[in-house]
Amino acid sequence: MIRPPFPTCFLQWGIPMRERTSGRTVGGFRNVFLQGPAVTLLLLWMLVPLGMTLWFSFQRYNLINPMISGFAGWDNYTYLLTDPALWTAMGNTLLLVGWVLAISVIGGTLLAVLFQQEFFGRGIARLLVIAPFFVMPTVGALVWKNMLMHPVNGVFAWLSGLLGLPVIDWFSSMPLASIIIIVAWQWMPFALLILLTAIQSLDDDQVEAARMDGAGPLAIFWFITLPHLKRAISVVIMIEMIFLLTIFAEIFVTTSGGPGLASTNLAYFIYIRALLDFDVGGASAGGVIAIILANIVAIFLIRTVAKNLET
Amino acid sequence: MNPTMTKKLLLTLLAWGIALIVFFPIFWMVLTGFKTEGEAVATPPSLFFEPTLAGYHEVMARADYLKFALNSIVISFGSTLLALIVAIPSAYSMAFLPTKRTRGTLLWMLSTKMLPPVGVLMPVYLLFRDMGLLDSQLGLTIVYMLMNLPIVVWMLYTFFKDIPKDILEAGRMDGAGTLQEVLYLLLPLTLPGIASTGLLSVILSWNEAFWSLNLTTSDAAPLTAFIASFSSPEGLFWAKLSAASTLAIAPILIFGWLTQKQMVRGLTFGAVK
Repeated sequence: MIRPPFPTCFLQWGIPMRERTSGRTVGGFRNVFLQGPAVTLLLLWMLVPLGMTLWFSFQRYNLINPMISGFAGWDNYTYLLTDPALWTAMGNTLLLVGWVLAISVIGGTLLAVLFQQEFFGRGIARLLVIAPFFVMPTVGALVWKNMLMHPVNGVFAWLSGLLGLPVIDWFSSMPLASIIIIVAWQWMPFALLILLTAIQSLDDDQVEAARMDGAGPLAIFWFITLPHLKRAISVVIMIEMIFLLTIFAEIFVTTSGGPGLASTNLAYFIYIRALLDFDVGGASAGGVIAIILANIVAIFLIRTVAKNLET
Repeated sequence: MNPTMTKKLLLTLLAWGIALIVFFPIFWMVLTGFKTEGEAVATPPSLFFEPTLAGYHEVMARADYLKFALNSIVISFGSTLLALIVAIPSAYSMAFLPTKRTRGTLLWMLSTKMLPPVGVLMPVYLLFRDMGLLDSQLGLTIVYMLMNLPIVVWMLYTFFKDIPKDILEAGRMDGAGTLQEVLYLLLPLTLPGIASTGLLSVILSWNEAFWSLNLTTSDAAPLTAFIASFSSPEGLFWAKLSAASTLAIAPILIFGWLTQKQMVRGLTFGAVK
C-alpha cells in the first residue's frame, strides 16, 4: 500500500489515531464520531420501546379506564395465555406463515429455473412476474378482494360461472385461505427475485459436464441446481418468516380478522387488544410473545448472514 | 422446425402464460381504472370498452388525494434522505476504518430489523401521543428512517467496500481531508450504489402499511392508508379505487424494476449475490 510519509491522521479533523501493527488504521475517536449517530439512534429505537413493552407487560394499564393501574405481576401473561383467542391467533399465524412459505419457496424455485431458460421476451416476462412484490400491500389486497374474489362481480365468480362451478364467497367461506393466496401472490415474486439472482451464479460448465455424463434435466435440478440454491433458499425462508409472522395490512383491509377470529393472526390480535380495547398491559404481553417468536428465527438468519460477512 | 426451436417455443408459451397469470391482478386493476363505475362491476367483465379518464378525473378532483400523495412523497423521500445522511458516515467508517467491532456492529444493526413492529406498537404509540407526533409527517418520517437505517447502512457498506482504497489514499496524499474525501471522491464514485440504496429505502417506506395505518388518521396519512379507506363497504367505487391504486403503485413499480439487482443485495444483507 502506498503511504504518505507522515501520519495521515493529522489531516483529518486533527484527531489522533493509533496505528495497528497489521497496517490497518484504527479509527478510535473518529469511528465513534462517524458511527455514533447511526448506532445511538438504533440503540434508542431498540431499547426504549423494548424496555417499555416489557415494563407495560407487567402493569395493569388501560387507556380508557385509569382506575385500572398498578403492578400486575404475571397476570397479563396468564390472562393472555389462558385466552383461547390467543391460541386461535397463534394457529392462524402458523398456518399463514407455513402455507405462504411453502407456496412461495416451492413456486419461486421452480419459476427461477423456468425463467432462467432462454425464451422469447424473457426480460419483459421477468419484469411482469416480479411486479407483485412492488405493489403496496393495501392495493394488492383490495384488488384481490374487490375485483377478483368478489362473489358477485369478481373475475373468479365469472370464471366459475363459465365453467359451471359453484361460486365461492371467498372471504366468508375460507377467509384464511383467501389471505394466504393474496400474501403468497405478493411474496412468491420475492422468492423468485432472490433465487433468480442466485441461480445466475451457477457454473454453466458444471451443468454442461453433468449433461455430457448423461444426467437428465431432473437429475441436474436435484443434484446441481438445488444444492447450489440451498443457502439462498434458507435466506428467503428466514426473511419471509420475519415479515410473515406479523402480516397486518392484508388482514386489516380484507376481513378485519373475521368472521369471528377465523383470520386473526398474532399481529392483528395484538392490534385489537391495543388500539381497539386499549388494554396496554395485555397488548404488551402479546408484543413480548411476538418478539420472542421473531427472535427465534432471527438468530438463525443472523448466523447465516454472519458466515458470509468478511470484514 | 428443429428440436431446440420447438423447446424454446414451448418454454416461451409456458413462461409467458405464468407471467401473465401472475401479472393479471395488476393488469386488471389498470384496466378497471379506465372504465366507468358501471362497467367496472359488469358481469361478464368487459374486456373491450370505451376507455374513459373519469376515474382519474374524479380521484384528482378530490383535493385530499393530492394531500395523501404529498404525504407519501414527503415521508418516504424525507426518511430516505435522513437515513442516508446518518448512514453515509457510518458506512464510510465501517468500510475504510474497520476494527474488530465492525462486524459485530453490522450484525447488531441487522438484528434491530428483526424486532417485529407489532411488538413495540404500544410504546411507540404512547410515546408519539405524548410527544404530539401521532398523525404527523415528522413522526412517520422518523419511524421509517429508523426502520430503514440498518438496510441503508448495510447496502452502502457493501458499495463502499468495492471502492479500491488506493483511490482514497491518493486523494489523501493530495491533501484531502475526510470531508473532501467523502464529498469529492467517494460520493461521485458510488453514486449509482447510493441511488439504488435510496430507491430501495423509498420503495420500502412508500409501501409500508403497519405504522402508517396505526400512527396516522387523516392529516399525515400516506397513500397506503388512503387506499385502505376504500375497504369500507360504502367506499366501493372500483374504477376510482383502481385509478387511485394505479397512480399509487406506478412510480414504485418503475423504481423497483430499475433497481431489482441491487435490491436483492440489500434485502438479503449481501447473503445472496
